[in-house]
Amino acid sequence: MASNKKYWKSVEELNENSSIVDALRQNEFVEAIPVDEFLGDKETLESSSTSRRDFLKYVGFSTAAATLAACEGPVIKSIPYVVQPETIIPGVADYYATTIADGYDFASILIKTREGRPIKVENNKDAAVKGSANARVHASVLSLYDSLRVKQPKIAGVDASWETLDAEVGQKLNELSAAQKQVVLLTQTFASPSTAKLVGEFKAKYGNVTHVVYDAISESTALDAFEAKYGERGLVDYDFSKAEVIVSVGADLLGDWQGGGYDDGYAKGRIPTGKNGHKNMSRHIQFESNMTLSGANADKRVPLSPSDQKVALAKIYAGVTGNSVSGRKLSDKAEDAIAKAVRQLEVAGSKAVVITGINDVDAQSLVLAINEALNSEAYDKDAPRKVRQGNDKAVAKLISDMKNDAVGGIIMAGVNPVYTLANGNEFAESLKTLDLAVSFTMHEDETAMHTKYVAAAPHYLESWGDVEMKKGHYSVMQPTIRPLFDTRQFQDALLKWTGNEKTYYEYIKEIWSTNILSLGTSWNKAVHDGVYSTTATVSLAEEATDAIEASEVEETAVASVDVNSQARKLAGTKAASGMELVLYAKTGMGDGQQANNPWLQEFPDPITRASWDNYLTVSQADADAKDLKNWNVANGGLNGTYANITVNGGEPMKVPVIIQPGQAPGTVGLALGYGKKAGIKEEMQTGVNAYKVYNNFNTVQNVSVASAGGEHEFACVQLHNTLMGRGDIVKETTLEVFNTRDKNQYGDFFFNEKPHVSKDHKMIAATSSEADMWAEFDRSIGHHFNLAIDLNACTGCGACVIACHAENNVPVVGKTEVRRSRDMHWLRIDRYYSSEETFSEDDKKKEEFSGLFGEKGSLGGFLELESPADNPQVAFQPVMCQHCNHAPCETVCPVAATSHGRQGQNHMAYNRCVGTRYCANNCPYKVRRFNWFLYNKNDEFDYYMNDDLGRMVLNPDVVVRSRGVMEKCSMCIQKTQKTILDAKRDGRQIKDGEFQTACSAACSSGAMTFGDINDKESKVAELFEDDRMYHLLEHVGTKPNVQYHVKVRNTKEA
Amino acid sequence: MKKVNRRNSISRILGIALALMLAFSTSIFAQEGDVTAGKALFNANCAACHKLDSKSTGPMLRGIEARLAEDEGLDREWLYKWIKNSSALIKSGDKYAVKVFEANNESIMTPFPQLSNKQIDDILAYTAQPKTVPDGGKQLTDVPPVAPGGFSSEMILWALIVLFGLLALGLFLVNKTLRKFAVANGTLVEEEAKGTPIWKAFAQNQFLVIVTTIFFLLGSAYFGYGYLMQVGIDQGYQPIQPIHFSHKIHAGDNKIECKYCHSSARVSKHSGIPALNICMNCHMNINEYNGETSAKYSKDFYDKEIKKIYEATGWDAATRTYSNEPKPVKWVRIHNLPDFVYFNHSQHVMVAGVDCQTCHGEVQEMEIVEQHSPLTMGWCINCHRETDVNFKGNAYYDKIHEQLKEKYGVESFKASEMGALECGKCHY
Repeated sequence: MASNKKYWKSVEELNENSSIVDALRQNEFVEAIPVDEFLGDKETLESSSTSRRDFLKYVGFSTAAATLAACEGPVIKSIPYVVQPETIIPGVADYYATTIADGYDFASILIKTREGRPIKVENNKDAAVKGSANARVHASVLSLYDSLRVKQPKIAGVDASWETLDAEVGQKLNELSAAQKQVVLLTQTFASPSTAKLVGEFKAKYGNVTHVVYDAISESTALDAFEAKYGERGLVDYDFSKAEVIVSVGADLLGDWQGGGYDDGYAKGRIPTGKNGHKNMSRHIQFESNMTLSGANADKRVPLSPSDQKVALAKIYAGVTGNSVSGRKLSDKAEDAIAKAVRQLEVAGSKAVVITGINDVDAQSLVLAINEALNSEAYDKDAPRKVRQGNDKAVAKLISDMKNDAVGGIIMAGVNPVYTLANGNEFAESLKTLDLAVSFTMHEDETAMHTKYVAAAPHYLESWGDVEMKKGHYSVMQPTIRPLFDTRQFQDALLKWTGNEKTYYEYIKEIWSTNILSLGTSWNKAVHDGVYSTTATVSLAEEATDAIEASEVEETAVASVDVNSQARKLAGTKAASGMELVLYAKTGMGDGQQANNPWLQEFPDPITRASWDNYLTVSQADADAKDLKNWNVANGGLNGTYANITVNGGEPMKVPVIIQPGQAPGTVGLALGYGKKAGIKEEMQTGVNAYKVYNNFNTVQNVSVASAGGEHEFACVQLHNTLMGRGDIVKETTLEVFNTRDKNQYGDFFFNEKPHVSKDHKMIAATSSEADMWAEFDRSIGHHFNLAIDLNACTGCGACVIACHAENNVPVVGKTEVRRSRDMHWLRIDRYYSSEETFSEDDKKKEEFSGLFGEKGSLGGFLELESPADNPQVAFQPVMCQHCNHAPCETVCPVAATSHGRQGQNHMAYNRCVGTRYCANNCPYKVRRFNWFLYNKNDEFDYYMNDDLGRMVLNPDVVVRSRGVMEKCSMCIQKTQKTILDAKRDGRQIKDGEFQTACSAACSSGAMTFGDINDKESKVAELFEDDRMYHLLEHVGTKPNVQYHVKVRNTKEA
Repeated sequence: MKKVNRRNSISRILGIALALMLAFSTSIFAQEGDVTAGKALFNANCAACHKLDSKSTGPMLRGIEARLAEDEGLDREWLYKWIKNSSALIKSGDKYAVKVFEANNESIMTPFPQLSNKQIDDILAYTAQPKTVPDGGKQLTDVPPVAPGGFSSEMILWALIVLFGLLALGLFLVNKTLRKFAVANGTLVEEEAKGTPIWKAFAQNQFLVIVTTIFFLLGSAYFGYGYLMQVGIDQGYQPIQPIHFSHKIHAGDNKIECKYCHSSARVSKHSGIPALNICMNCHMNINEYNGETSAKYSKDFYDKEIKKIYEATGWDAATRTYSNEPKPVKWVRIHNLPDFVYFNHSQHVMVAGVDCQTCHGEVQEMEIVEQHSPLTMGWCINCHRETDVNFKGNAYYDKIHEQLKEKYGVESFKASEMGALECGKCHY
């Protein structure tokens, strides 16, 4: 069917003779295409040796070559030792006992090394004193591999050798000695008998040398009070496990108060023990301004401003000792709490203890008097702690001396005064005028920038040392790796400068052998154990600031302490006219020494749950009054306004604000240790430097706060602060109910009520087989692991979080990613506030909802439940993968990448995972973490996995996950497998306590117990049968292998 | 060292002279030893520390008696005393004994009170043997032995090929000639008219084409899959190592236990590449190879490889000290498991009692080690499915085994039944 239809595009085509149509037929393009323009000069193009064809040949060839080259596998080289050390077997970990003593953290620890690399910190269970590591100590192993460490000595900013430095410093020292000018050794608290002796020798050699001990966060007032009363510079050691009533006035005993490390003793007393029905636990009453860990764990918390705390302490003193001290009247609630506290103290008598954290000599000596009056068993004055020895007055005198040109030279070790002194800038100025300024430091920090000589100091894991943390309790610090850089420790330098040929190791060994160790104890055993305790008096020079300094400090004879007048002075404290600023140390950052440690930066604060920041904590009432706000934004981040704070008419500081439930009205809090700028990676330069307002070493300052508007982005990992009346998540009860409402009498409805569901209109237990859609798997043979978490013993300290990081190669993701809820913590510690005064009132309120609207309407009611109370109850709950026997994640994985093991662990095969994230969506506990990015060897995440040095901390037994893979807690399967293998190889049964996870091993408070419940003799099997045991979200029926134990609060008031 | 050298040459002459004297004079000494018995005794008792012709842990021993008599004027009685209890002799303050003790890094010689004087005589007789001049006689010839008067199979093959070729040629020629005759006679038979050629018929049959295409596609898919699954499997990987270490010589010929060198396989996840100090345990004294050789692997070749250990460890053979800069050896790793797999040697070697050869092949026969097993997950799993758990004599399993027996009523259980197939056991 031929057609003559003609198609045309324009009328012109109809004209057969049109030249245009003809032209168009010949040439596709009407105008010549400007090829020359985009191919350049036509001539050169034509003369070019590379034609288009050649070009294509090259492309083809190179593509083919690249493809072929890619087919070949990489050649991997292995280099064995030339001479293998006897103790090292590749693939087997070695443990060494050592001690951390960085001037702020002191602990006897074990270091796990693999192929000579320290990779993890463990608790030293042999240590009688401070044998447990906190979060910072656990993280300190990463600070060893800090890429910004000073790698060799420097003179005036130029790399130098130790020989030149020795020669120049030696010459200067001799000149200064000849000129009779003062040389000052400004050091951290070493608490080291050998260092003390060595400093003495240094003094003897050069004369006119003064030793000033300086703690960045000072406990000088407590030391002064102790010295005045007992004639020795030290801190009372408390054993809170012996206390039935603990009254703390502003002392964060679970934080870093007076050196910290009190968690274990405290937690021991918090677990109800005794005969059934008559179980008992300690009662803890806390008066404080900021919400601290101690306040959060207290049975009764009374928010009080610092000036009110002084009056309260005076009143407690009056009540306990019977002396009449009249102070101004505090609020009714406070007065009532004080009266009840006094009564309880009286009843408990020697089983009670009072402590305070007020930076005031009077307050500190009052506490000593109270405890003496109570004859407290928890109070140990005979063997005081030595972990803080700084002397404020000596430091103040040093600064004025420097200004007055009375100092010729200064040698600093372990301190960073330019950063940590309130008048750091002045200090920096006067440093420049000195003839000699040497700084022993690991980083080119603020102070090192102002000294001519920067002596590269080693990390404590590369050093020798000895520490006397408590009188009569000695610890050895031994290196666990050869120095990574050309460093030398302060003591070795002192030995050299005093003309001593010995190394510091030989020096310590000699002192220990002659002075410390008793006959029959060898030095090698002491090094092996890491600790040595003796009751014999050891005659050694005391460290601490010089007698010269002390003489200028006003002398108070031991007898002349008039506690009553001190109490009156305290009682007379006037109420602060404006706001009071309370400076504190965060659990993660401490005094800021390890600010360049990404684990600690990303560690969420146990109270605010914010990471990568410090901020002003403000009470809701003050925030409303001063127009300070917090709000959540669409991407799930927490934002807040800024405030300008001015102390003493100084320069205003712009600080972001977080509204903190429980903050005493009229006070604001700010953490020290942030805002470092020198010798620290840019990502880690977070927060503001609160030391700038740490005037007179007093943590309490009068401050004016004004809103500065703006919008600060926080990286807060918990946006919902309350439990919304869901009492089955954090189950708690009171000691009274716990003792009376027992299981025999009430069945499933005892104090730990088991969840019930309705089936065929009958209530049945949610955990019964009738309510179960799954067939039960027989787990009675072999191991069946369980992790028990006692909410009573958990203080929220977070040591487990960092231990988990170190053990499992958990990546650091950075502030912006944390803000997007992409943090990778396998183990988180949820913190909940009550919305009413207590959690039980929350539950009651929710129970009583009726209808949607009205006074008891659920719509308005739930909204109210969202906001925490002004002084809420607080609960901590560590949550990791619950290793459900009926795991919801396993059933939804399309590739079976997550499956269950017969030992109770929920396995995760990373290489099998394709990243659908169904599992995370189906997990009721939200414990699965997705790798959104490649966090290792990626410049975008320049934390520690991006440099060779930082990667040395990785655990070689755990794979480093890649992008697009789901990960989660494995219940440390590498550790359980190792334990099983060791037993198989030795041909023996496994004893209880051998199985450990990283978190349970790190937990010194005994809150976490791990083990095999098929071993009926084990602790965890016993805990499984305990009445307090429950599972998280039990009604969901997931049958987890993580147990929780009901939190019991001691509400008994005298 | 000069002194030693000088003595060496003198002693050699002396040794030969002594041997000659021994040969021609009936008695120089009161008793004569049995050389063969002496050799056996020497190898059993002395060879660990002494060599005949060079210094080892102890001094060289060839012609020792004659040298002593010559240089120090000491007789055989002194040697008896020294050999039976050298430290007593040193303590007694014997001048030469002290000198020898000091000259040998003050290492005490093991006392041999169990040796009788006769036996010592035998040893001394052996040491008094003159040195045989190396004539290469020990070295085996590399040319394969040719059977006299016979043909090698290769030659037979060639002959056959030639024969068949001739036959084919003959047939072709015959055919050609016959055809020529036929044409000449006009009797050539016309060829039948051909039908469609088979390939054309095939191409025209659509059904056949489709079936063949499907077969072809399926076949290539099958082989393609097989090929792709081989990617990353390095079975047979046999890299050249910086030092030619022959497992055949060490584990095969000399029967050294695998775990002597790979000792960490007992306790660690790694079998461990032995540190060079392990090599030096033996090679401090073994500085030459005296075993079987071939053209490719001659004595010279092996001796050079031994020298490489000395170079790597910084061992100075002349002074017998580690005085040079050590240069660690960069071995090429043969067995490479991916990072995400956890494998533990001690679990398999010690607990399960698996032989090294099960996974690594007959290493003791490998001149150059190669990867014997595919090391794929399927290979691992297969073994776990087939292998019984080794419960025997292991107290760890006592309770579990009892419970399992009671529950299932059988004695043995496969590794897979004990959880050896669970993901998390190898992937964490």
